[in-house]
Amino acid sequence: MRLDTPSTVAVNPIVPVVELRDVGKVFASEPPVVALEGVNLIVDPGDYVSVVGPSGSGKSTLLNIVGCLDRHTSGQFLLDGIDVATLKDGQRAALRGQKIGFVFQTFHLLAHRTVEENVMLAELYRRGDRKGRRERAEAALHKVGLDSRLGFKPTKLSGGERQRVAMARALVASPSLLLCDEPTGNLDSKNTEALLDLFDGLRADGLTIIVITHDEAVSRRAQRRVRIVDGILTEDDLTAVTALSRSSGPDVTSPR
Amino acid sequence: MTIGPRLTWRDLASEAIAGLFTRPVRTALTVLGTVLGIGALVATLGVSKTAGNRIVGRFDELAATQVSVEPASNGLFGGGPSEEQQRQGAVLPWNVEDRLLRLNGVVAAGALADANVGQALVRSTPIHDPLGQTEFQMRTVAATPGLLPALRGILATGRWFDEGHSDRADRTVVLGAGAARRLNVTRVDNQPAIYIGDDIFTVIGILADVRREADLLNAVIMPSGTAQERYGDLAPSKVVIETEIGAAQLIASQAAVALNPNNPEALRVGAPPDPRTTRRKVEGDVNSLFLVLGLVSLVVGAIGIANVTLVTVLERTGEIGLRRALGAARRHIALQFLVESTAMGLAGGIIGASAGTLIVVAVSASRDWTPVLDAWVPFASPFVGAIVGLVAGLYPSLRAARMEPVDALRAGT
Repeated sequence: MRLDTPSTVAVNPIVPVVELRDVGKVFASEPPVVALEGVNLIVDPGDYVSVVGPSGSGKSTLLNIVGCLDRHTSGQFLLDGIDVATLKDGQRAALRGQKIGFVFQTFHLLAHRTVEENVMLAELYRRGDRKGRRERAEAALHKVGLDSRLGFKPTKLSGGERQRVAMARALVASPSLLLCDEPTGNLDSKNTEALLDLFDGLRADGLTIIVITHDEAVSRRAQRRVRIVDGILTEDDLTAVTALSRSSGPDVTSPR
Repeated sequence: MTIGPRLTWRDLASEAIAGLFTRPVRTALTVLGTVLGIGALVATLGVSKTAGNRIVGRFDELAATQVSVEPASNGLFGGGPSEEQQRQGAVLPWNVEDRLLRLNGVVAAGALADANVGQALVRSTPIHDPLGQTEFQMRTVAATPGLLPALRGILATGRWFDEGHSDRADRTVVLGAGAARRLNVTRVDNQPAIYIGDDIFTVIGILADVRREADLLNAVIMPSGTAQERYGDLAPSKVVIETEIGAAQLIASQAAVALNPNNPEALRVGAPPDPRTTRRKVEGDVNSLFLVLGLVSLVVGAIGIANVTLVTVLERTGEIGLRRALGAARRHIALQFLVESTAMGLAGGIIGASAGTLIVVAVSASRDWTPVLDAWVPFASPFVGAIVGLVAGLYPSLRAARMEPVDALRAGT
């Protein structure tokens, strides 16, 4: 088991994709709402982590912070070794485009653009070569099995297909981290199964995945499971139940 | 060129165009506001310019080359010099040709006055016609030889009198076309005679037409020398001057002094309005009203764009959140909506300029006018439209850019 102290990080040659140290988030409403408190989490490259917990527990807040969509109010958050708190708004936006692929429960596809254009959108705000954008989008759609739907509008697709378009969009920019917020929330069991198979394949390719879910079936497929209740994060020991247990064991300990 | 390190202008343009074509009908209706505004402005500027040009063009032909001089109080007393002027001596001389033809720019000049024939009736060689009227009350005018060219008169037959007739006080007259018809005089080769009262005169010519002083066509015209000898002292009541084109203003300023060096103030000079002033005045009259209308519709168009862009921003909250999640900075979001609103304004400007130009051409064609439009107007219009769109898009774009990605993602699907 690795200890998450700065000295251990220094000796460890692997830079974690996500490193949360005592992270807290307080919403400055009246009265102030504590959404997260003392969260410690390290996600190494290739980890497949599910985040579970009841509604209002702070799951989405955690995802927003890890996704650089929102700022934490205390502690330290490093994404690929970069201290996000020091970045300006525009730099954080650039970091999102560069490092993170998002998959949302409601897909967030542009209804009036074709499947291919929706996927190409992911590279619009990203540093990189304009050329080959279309080819990369087609490759990503091939990976999720939607070669035949390139010119379709999302409204013509089934829910499962839409979520796979969103997956292709998240993957096309080769992110360091795939962040999924209830990706199966609008899918039937068959499509959920297919999506989870896709996650397994991506995980096998070495992609780092964090999935927020309250679906047990989803969290069972992950290699690690963290639980948030009332803003406090704990990690379940899955070594007994998963065949994909890592020799290093669970990476995250809760100080409590 | 790139905006920051990532988004290129080309990408931005294609995103904006895609955004506009998402709801083509709404975009078209929004653009319509600017089309109306710009179209009204262009049409106003063009039609007023065309009309101004047209009105001035009509004046140019005749009026712009005419200067007339009358005794200052002529208007009040309705013909002839006032008593005071008669005491001072005649304010207008008869030898106007001598005095005025020396001025550079004078083409012709002549003077006229009503002869004091009293109640004398005019009749031709007596033919007893119990059914028809043979004696007429007719205006009898004394004129100088220069009057015919000064009026651009044309003779139907015969000749106009010259200085000799006047000096000798020959009993000759020229009849206007209307007067000749009433007196049944159709030819002069048989030296017809007419009577004014009991005095007999030989008709030496008949006027076919005059371009000025049209009532002379119903008058009997005799040399000024004849009129003075027969009917007593007489001063000209009016001097008519034909000038070269463009010289009217100059001659108007010189004529009074040339005609009456001792007392030029006693003369009233009638000159055509300066064509530049006329044109400006006409354009000004038409412009000020319709320019206001055009500007109002432009403002309404701008409000329309602002309104629709704002609605669009609110509708596309989810899209804004998604774009932020995909790495768009606030300025990228703002720029996209600004480009969309500017494009709407630009399209409105282009269509409006075309429509306005067509209106000018159509109005001109329907009236047989020459369409006149300053070249810069249609070319500046698209820029005006684009600026209107840009200004209209400022607030909605800032609203869009200020949205927090988390809120935007949650709010929209």
